Amino acid sequence: MHVLLQHPKRETEIKGPRTVGQLLKRLNLLPEAVLVLRGDELITEDEALKEDDIVEIRPVISGGS
Amino acid sequence: MPRHNTSVCAACLNDYVVEQVKRAIKDHTMFGRGDRILVAVSGGKDSLSLWDILMRLGYDTAGLHIQQGIGDYSEQSHQKTAAFAESRGAELILHSLKEKEGAGVLELADLTDRSPCSACGVMKRYNFNKIACDRGFDVLATGHNLDDEASRLLGNVLRWQEDYLAKQFPALQATHEKFVKKVKPLYRLAEREITAYAVVNKIDYVIEECPMSVGSKMFVNKEVLNRLETDAPGTKQAFYFGFLERQKQEDLSREDETIRSCTRCGQPTTAAVCSYCRILEKVKTAP
Ligand code: SF4
Ligand SMILES: [Zn+2]
Ligand SMILES: [Zn+2]
Repeated sequence: MHVLLQHPKRETEIKGPRTVGQLLKRLNLLPEAVLVLRGDELITEDEALKEDDIVEIRPVISGGS
Repeated sequence: MPRHNTSVCAACLNDYVVEQVKRAIKDHTMFGRGDRILVAVSGGKDSLSLWDILMRLGYDTAGLHIQQGIGDYSEQSHQKTAAFAESRGAELILHSLKEKEGAGVLELADLTDRSPCSACGVMKRYNFNKIACDRGFDVLATGHNLDDEASRLLGNVLRWQEDYLAKQFPALQATHEKFVKKVKPLYRLAEREITAYAVVNKIDYVIEECPMSVGSKMFVNKEVLNRLETDAPGTKQAFYFGFLERQKQEDLSREDETIRSCTRCGQPTTAAVCSYCRILEKVKTAP
C-alpha cells in the first residue's frame, strides 16, 4: 500500500500488513500517537488493508509549550 | 474513540467531544452565557477545534492570534487561522510581535539569551492576558488537552515542582485586578480525540510543528504516557483526573505568592520588573 507520513512529509510503499494495527507495528508507531485515514475516512486498528490502498498517517502529538 | 465496526463515527465523535467540553465548563464553572470569551488560537488542531466547539455551543467568542515571526511556520499559522475565522464570520484579533514588540521570537531570543520557547512563552502569556483585560473579556480560553496537562504534570512531579502544581488547574481565577481568568475547556479530551474532531469536521489546521519544538521535552513525556496508555488504556485520565481530585481535597487555593504590579508596565508579576519588560528593554537598547 501507499503510505503518506508527516513530520517530515514523505511517501512510501509498504507491502505485507493486512490491518492498520499491523501497519503501525511495522512502522514502529504507537496507535495512541497517530490517526490513520483512508481518503476522508478515519479508520481504526482492526480495519483490513488492501495492497492498493492509499493511507495517510497523521501524527496527533504536538510539542512546544 | 466512538466507532462503528472499524471506522470512527463522526456523529458519535462530535457528540462525545462536545459532551466532554460541556462537562469541563460545568465542573469547573469556567464561564457562562453572558461572558465574553477570548480564545487563544495558534492555527493548530487544538485551538481551532476549541474555538469551533465554543461557537457550536453558542458562546460569545473572539479569537486572538499572535504572529510570532518564525518564518513559514508562522505565515501558515496566520493564514489558516484567518481563513478559519473568515469562514465562520468570527472576530479575530491579530497581534504581530514584529510590529508591536519590534522583534519576532527568534530575534527576541537572540537579544536576551533565552531559548526561543522561553521568549515565546513570555510574549504569549503577557499578550494573552493583557489583550483580554484591555478589551474587556471575562475569560481567556486555551486549547490545552489531556495529553498536554498529563505530560506537564508528569514533568512537574518528576522534579517535584510543587509551586507549579497549583497552577495546573483547568480554571484559574484572576488573583490580581489585571489578571484575566484562564480556562482549558479541552482538558478532558485526549490529543488523539481532538485531532479526530478536527479531521472529521474538516477544520483546516497547520499540521507542521513549530520548528523550535524539535527535541522538546514535551514530546518525550507524551510518548512515555502514550506507551503506558497503550498497555493500560485510561492511564492518562487516571493520572491527571486523580491529581485534580486530590487538589480539590487539599484545597491548594492558598494565597498566591505575593503577586504585585510591575513597576514599568503595571501588569501583574512576582518580580519588581516583569519578564516582558526585561525582554523589551533589550530590544530598545539593541545596537
Ligand atoms: S515551540 Fe516554542 S517557539 Fe514554537 S510556538 Fe511553541 S513555545 Fe513558541
Ligand atoms: Zn455513530
Ligand atoms: Zn512589565
